[in-house]
Amino acid sequence: MASVFLNWAFIGEVKNPRSFVEDLRNKRRNGLIPYEVNVYYDDFTDEVIINTDNGRIRRPLIVVKNGKPKLTKKHIRDLQSGKIKFEDLIENGIIEYLDTDEEENSYIALWPEEVTKEHTHMEINPLDIFGLSSSLIPYGEYDRGDRVNFGAKMIGQSLGYYLSNFLIRTDTKSNILLYPQVPLTTTQTFDVFNLDKHPAGQNVVIALLSYGGYNMEDAIILNKGSIERGFGRSFFFRTYQTEETRYGGGQVDEIEIPDKDVRGYRSEKAYSNLNEDGIISIETPVSGGDVLVGKTSPLRFLGRDEFLTGIQNRRETSLVVRHGEVGVVDKVLLSETQNGDKLVKVSVRDLRIPELGDKFASRHGQKGVVGLILPEEDMPFTEDGIVPDIIMNPHSIPSRLTVGQLLEILGGKVAALRGRKNDGSMFNCEKENDLRKELQKLGFRSDGKEVLYNGITGEKMEVEIFIGMIYYQKLEHMVANKIHARSRGPVALLTKQPTEGRANEGGLRLGEMEKDCLIAHGAPLLLKERFSSDEVEIPICKKCGVVAVYDWRKNKYHCPICGKGNNIEKVKMSYAFNLMLNELKSLLIFPKIILEDGE
Amino acid sequence: MKWERVHKMYEELISNLELPEKIKEDMSKSFEIYKPTKSQAKKIIDRIVNTYKKMLYEPGEAIGVIAAQSISEPATQMTMRTYHVAGAAAKQVSLGLPRLIEIVDARREPTTPMMEIYMKKEFNTKEDAAKVAKKIKETKLKNIVLEDVIDLVNSEVELKIDINYLNNLDMNMESLKKTLKKYIKNYDITTEDTTVKITSKKETTIRELQKLKLKIFDISLRGIRGITQTIVTKKGNEWMIITLGSNIKKVLGIKELDPTRIYSNNISEVEKLFGIEAARNVIISESSKTLADQGLDVDPRHLILVGDTMTMDGTIKAIGRYGVSGEKRSVLARANFETTVKHLTDAAVEGEVDRLDSIIENVLINQVAPIGTAMCDLVFKPKTSKEK
Ligand SMILES: [Zn+2]
Repeated sequence: MASVFLNWAFIGEVKNPRSFVEDLRNKRRNGLIPYEVNVYYDDFTDEVIINTDNGRIRRPLIVVKNGKPKLTKKHIRDLQSGKIKFEDLIENGIIEYLDTDEEENSYIALWPEEVTKEHTHMEINPLDIFGLSSSLIPYGEYDRGDRVNFGAKMIGQSLGYYLSNFLIRTDTKSNILLYPQVPLTTTQTFDVFNLDKHPAGQNVVIALLSYGGYNMEDAIILNKGSIERGFGRSFFFRTYQTEETRYGGGQVDEIEIPDKDVRGYRSEKAYSNLNEDGIISIETPVSGGDVLVGKTSPLRFLGRDEFLTGIQNRRETSLVVRHGEVGVVDKVLLSETQNGDKLVKVSVRDLRIPELGDKFASRHGQKGVVGLILPEEDMPFTEDGIVPDIIMNPHSIPSRLTVGQLLEILGGKVAALRGRKNDGSMFNCEKENDLRKELQKLGFRSDGKEVLYNGITGEKMEVEIFIGMIYYQKLEHMVANKIHARSRGPVALLTKQPTEGRANEGGLRLGEMEKDCLIAHGAPLLLKERFSSDEVEIPICKKCGVVAVYDWRKNKYHCPICGKGNNIEKVKMSYAFNLMLNELKSLLIFPKIILEDGE
Repeated sequence: MKWERVHKMYEELISNLELPEKIKEDMSKSFEIYKPTKSQAKKIIDRIVNTYKKMLYEPGEAIGVIAAQSISEPATQMTMRTYHVAGAAAKQVSLGLPRLIEIVDARREPTTPMMEIYMKKEFNTKEDAAKVAKKIKETKLKNIVLEDVIDLVNSEVELKIDINYLNNLDMNMESLKKTLKKYIKNYDITTEDTTVKITSKKETTIRELQKLKLKIFDISLRGIRGITQTIVTKKGNEWMIITLGSNIKKVLGIKELDPTRIYSNNISEVEKLFGIEAARNVIISESSKTLADQGLDVDPRHLILVGDTMTMDGTIKAIGRYGVSGEKRSVLARANFETTVKHLTDAAVEGEVDRLDSIIENVLINQVAPIGTAMCDLVFKPKTSKEK
């Protein structure tokens, strides 16, 4: 007796689970029960599990019966002529959707030739075993599995033409590649998802060559000429937004050029870019800290003075450009929030030209940062005068075994020369031998290698260099978003220690392990200096061991316990320690500081 | 004789050196082999003394931190490799980081206790070693049971015995019956052919029978308790036995074995039997073996420091909250490590005083920590103008 569970709830038992499950499946294929139902028999726990709930991952497969796929040539012809639809195939039980549970009971063939009597299903296309991004990788079956995964991840990070209405969109952050191209080596997925309308990369000439050491450790050398011709240029958009909030008590925010008596008033110059309505005009160059929208808000707390005099009772809450960012105001959008408050969105655009440290990647999990931008005349060139756009280090290949990348370079070269795209769909690609033959016919060496000349000395290189075409992606990690340094800057209110993070102009933390290193080197004085960012002088009563009080009127210190001021000694310590002492006091623990007499 | 004079010369050169006895011994031994002249010997001695002085830690050097870094940095690389050792069927030993953590945590019982036992000279043959290995390996009843049935109607447990296995242990059904009788009372034991029936004299519950079954399954028929597996191997030209499971006390009594060279990786067992110094040696050798097995090269002196720290007060202390770190004198240092609130409240209740004479506390309050270049103090006291 096997237990039967419907959506994880026990509903009863059956005597012959296998025939029961088979019966249910047949009913589903004949359209007697909905095709969303999935049945699974677990022979280890002897349970029948029926799933009808939502949120399951399911995928379509061709049903195989008695060693023959149910889908015939006639079906395909009818599909092409429009006589039947895909839905008809599902209704007739020719194609069915399996969830992860029922998949455990099935035996799926990849190709029609390998179908045997034991098989229950066949893939519609072997490419289906991959997800969207991984199926975009050409010749991916020649790459090691982990590289396909990395490649798929990096496709997700690549800059491209993600939507054609980006000019009127107000995403908080978005990137647009300026001259996107359709890859020379595509896969079937490109056509299925219309990706030729939304490409995310550019075709480049690549040479696998070590050139002066500037491309060691996965760095790449970029051709300056290529950059000037538009390679890797992108726009970075950031949309800022602010609104005129209404508070209780009739107080409101106001978008305007702030008055001089507003608390936190910046300077006349800071507001000089604003129009009369307090909003900046488009195409104004801005940089970190510049005011985009002038705004004032009511004070959070009204003190006695503010209440009586009535002056200075508003504070500055303008919208400013993020620290460290530059750009040009691209668009200004005026609207209303759901509450009917005035809403202003300002979009800032920044042109990003490839620079040292920007990250690029091929589709095979081979990422690298720009190590050198070389003038075109210094780049190596071939007999025909072809100059590579990118020089990648050949040492990246053997340990990572991205053979697919080599095939893509070869296929790209063929595609560029013959003027027709090359199909690199996994398990269905143009084969290496065909590519080689075609390349030879086109008048090149069949292995894709060519004689290269050193662009600086003009000497012929001693070995032939593998050179071809590849699709390269610019990834969203750009140095302009990351570069950060600080000498002095803001501190946190509570601890008086430097703030953290690039956005807050923060310091770089000398952490626990770095501290250990200074100790291990026997350099405690350096350590003290490093950790002195929050150093304070605290007056302490030597007799009582408590922190003394400063009397502002008398300009004197006195002890809160003994009341005398003759025993006060100033001690330097970290403010964080002082804070800890205060916190202990708030827990009713009384820490005393015992001072030693200094000689 | 000339040789005696040379010998005396060496003696004179070496005896007054301020070096450990072991190094001096090694020196005179190799001098006697290579026979250097007096000037050569002097040069050699100079270099040895210099090297020795260079190798000494200087006052104020942060040896603890350096040891911690030297062990933990390679240990971070070890984590990933640990689980890739597969298929080693003969020896199932806990390796790598888990074992290292086990050692420094001073775990009472290691996950895989092991012994290395050497044969006495007169028994140094494969046959003798195999015989002893067979003798000490513990065989429990459950190892020889093929099938077990609990019969509630007759309130009895029926066991089908692997008779070949039993004979292999030089036993038969009669002797098995005798052994069982020693362990269980109030039950009738009958044997027939290859089955044993244990019948309760009074009516029982199924629970009772289940308990009985587990109890008799655990009966040890032969061998030394705890030793679950033995492997006979050859080390050099000596036969030895590696055992899974450790029981030094019992093994010491076996006449074929060399009692002076038994090694166990069970630190607390070694401590109980041979004392703290032996335990210290096991800590050092086990940790260095664990690291060496992973292909990591850590200077033995760091591990010796760990061994010394763990055993310095005569008991084995763990490195961590319940051991060395938890026993620090400074409240702030302890609170800085783990369980901050507990240490602070305890200190408040007891009115503890922190002398601020260690490192962490001084980092905390941003004072110069007494280590390295801050270890020196000014001793000279200049005379005041009056005294002049
Ligand atoms: Zn006082």
